[in-house]
Amino acid sequence: MCVAREDVLTFVNACFASTGQREFYSDGAGQRVSLAFLHAYVAGNYRALYARTLALGLNHANQARIVGTLLASGREARAQSRGEENALVTRALHALPTHRAMHLLEGLAEAGVNNRRTRAITRAYLDSPRSKAFRAVKYRRSFRRAALHAHVPLDGETLSFFARGWKERRFTTPIFETFRRAHYAEKDLYALPYSIAEGLAAKHGVERAAFLARIEARMTPTELLRRRAASEADEGKGFALDGTKLSPTKVASYVLSLSIADRKAREVELRALLSSSASAAAGRSLARFENVAIVVDRSYSSSGSREKARRPLAVALASVAFLRACSARVTVHLTGGEACGDEIFLAPRGTTDLATPVLAALATSPDLLLIVSDGYENDPAGVTGKVLEVAARIAPATFVVHLNPVLDAEALAPKSLTPRVPTLGIREAEDLPALVALARFAREGDAATSTLDALERHLDARVRAFLSPPGGAS
Amino acid sequence: MKKNERLAQLDHHGLRAGSPQVLGAVRLVPLLRDEVPGDLRIGSRSYGASLGIVRLDGRLDDPGLAYISYVPHGFVVSHTSDGTAATLGATLGPAKPRCVRLHHRMVKREDSDDGGSRFRMLPLHLAMEGYLALHVRGPEILWEGYSRAAASRGLLPRTEYSVRGAYIQGLAEALRVFEIADRQVGVMVFVADALASIFVVSHPDDYRALHRSLIEDFFGEILSTYAYFHADVPLSSSPFSTGAASTLDALAVAVARYRSDLEEDASLLAAGLFTRPVVTERVRDLRPFVLERFVPTFDPAEECHIGERIVRDDGTLEYMKTFRLSQAQIRRGHLLTKLAAADWNLDRAAESLGCSRKELDVRLVNAGFGHLLAAPPVKVAMRGR
Repeated sequence: MCVAREDVLTFVNACFASTGQREFYSDGAGQRVSLAFLHAYVAGNYRALYARTLALGLNHANQARIVGTLLASGREARAQSRGEENALVTRALHALPTHRAMHLLEGLAEAGVNNRRTRAITRAYLDSPRSKAFRAVKYRRSFRRAALHAHVPLDGETLSFFARGWKERRFTTPIFETFRRAHYAEKDLYALPYSIAEGLAAKHGVERAAFLARIEARMTPTELLRRRAASEADEGKGFALDGTKLSPTKVASYVLSLSIADRKAREVELRALLSSSASAAAGRSLARFENVAIVVDRSYSSSGSREKARRPLAVALASVAFLRACSARVTVHLTGGEACGDEIFLAPRGTTDLATPVLAALATSPDLLLIVSDGYENDPAGVTGKVLEVAARIAPATFVVHLNPVLDAEALAPKSLTPRVPTLGIREAEDLPALVALARFAREGDAATSTLDALERHLDARVRAFLSPPGGAS
Repeated sequence: MKKNERLAQLDHHGLRAGSPQVLGAVRLVPLLRDEVPGDLRIGSRSYGASLGIVRLDGRLDDPGLAYISYVPHGFVVSHTSDGTAATLGATLGPAKPRCVRLHHRMVKREDSDDGGSRFRMLPLHLAMEGYLALHVRGPEILWEGYSRAAASRGLLPRTEYSVRGAYIQGLAEALRVFEIADRQVGVMVFVADALASIFVVSHPDDYRALHRSLIEDFFGEILSTYAYFHADVPLSSSPFSTGAASTLDALAVAVARYRSDLEEDASLLAAGLFTRPVVTERVRDLRPFVLERFVPTFDPAEECHIGERIVRDDGTLEYMKTFRLSQAQIRRGHLLTKLAAADWNLDRAAESLGCSRKELDVRLVNAGFGHLLAAPPVKVAMRGR
């Protein structure tokens, strides 16, 4: 087995699952130490591969970290891979959610990373004409910090916006002018982004409920979801959630945060929300599966931690919805043996008896068997791995993938059931097609061509797709 | 043997062991109940981190025999006699923190607002008090060789040490990550594969609520030492094997077989409690339930547990809590029962213990009962100088 290939796969796997937050079985510090080690190790030893993993769709926290690490150590880039690295970093930065990108740039300024490439990339990002003024208002502190640090020339109204702010007499840029007026008149603050308007509303002493009712139109889909989940008082006020704009995992988290009684009362609405979000995500991914069985671990450990409340269960629920949206046939099998079909009433409870649902799933002879579990089985322990090993002989047509939402910090990898079954970290259900592709690749590697070349070829294809302009064949 | 005492064998009728969950030195084996009638409910009542004084006889404010210990919580047991569902005890509102809390009796009947019967008990302290009270009055006949203190105050004050669950390394984490099974009503706690405690209640919901109270319970002090010196315990005596399974059904059979292997493992590990006779004392007759506490037939070569249980009239175990005695505690119990069996005659007791009278004196001093003797061996030795 090639060491480089093994190392990079370990790294990718960890970066799919972990964000350095606390998990059910381990604390946040352990997760962060493991991630920091993996980033430093892979960036130091396999820099070109490290950059190319940006094309694999790792979770945003780790993408931002890779971009930051690469920009901070530009000197170590080899001349022949510099061009590709630049393209990847730029593309990844622009593909990140804006708040992550802005905080990344601010972080680079705080860390004192100031080289020519970083300055150029920061300038290109901040100067993008389509959203420059909006970002200057919504991310004012980060924008100013990054712009000053990277010597981005501020001109015209942007300069006076940062120099004088709302004390300027008049702006011609509409959002700057709204921002200025909102400091004096309450009615103007409802045209600002929610996070900015919130502070100004407090300044004007607007009553919270009235403010929320009027600002609703300016909330992003995620803000709407969070708002709705956060406050019981909003119940029935009808913040209309648009599933197509939300990630299925976020919707699943929201559903699971409700009490069973609430879920029963709003069953139709929640089902529609989940399925519309899953269909939209499936549409974006263009993935298609035939005959799939999914085993969902709904044991108590899927309650996650205080930082990641019910995240493992939410990933499982979102995966089920995602598969339903893009597969010809799906069967769902739960630990604890509850009837299929009502997985929106799931709660993290009970022991982990994986063997029973896995055997039930295998009995439906699927092409693809997905197991979404944190890998800690205890009813009884150490059984499912051996069952899967034997099942690989009995039912060779079934391809088994174990998707694990939790990084085992000490092993630097998601806990696996058996080495024979590929185990991949998962954070968002949308990553499912990418992960299955990666798992297929990993298995082919085992069979014959367990070389770095095979990984390089796989990455090549992914990098090309990632760098091709959006709207193309990607 | 007193009139409400009898020799019995413990069992866990109506319960079966589930798959163990192991973390470090701690093994937790769930106990599952398939039929839950729901006519006996147990809730917890928190007393805060306060010292408790339990008045064992007389009125609450009388001087008299008292049991003093750290008592973090009590249990409220509600039951009905006709098999209808019992409701969980009402809360009395938050109590003000106090330095010392006075309790009247270990088990005390309470008024209930729904017509059912209800009583409050101090879990495990009931059993511990039973152990401390063993022959606590001292010799009934003042044979030659006893001191005057033996006649005037017997063994009082009688003290024993135990450790809190929180002091057993790894137990808190094991209880936190333990996944409670759906029909689970109890747990067997093993530390380094030594049975530390068994805790059983009647209803799965009650167990779910009381699971974490185990950390406030007290355990034999030997267990905290075991927890330090044993890093990991194996999951099972024999690892899972699929054998020659070549179909999915055969695999399912192999898994089922492994489950029963694990159940056998659990009963093997718990054999020290369930295969040895104990002396049970009926504390309260609740019809159709009986609340009993038990002390083992003391044998220094065997593990000994004290505890309390509620048994339904058909033999179903409805509640149990046990405590593993340390070796010194077993020796003390052993000495006292032998002495009492010999009507406190020191020579006869020495004979039944198979040792000389001098050796018995040394053993009594080592066990902490030297004040019973008129001429303890140390004093005799000093006089010889």
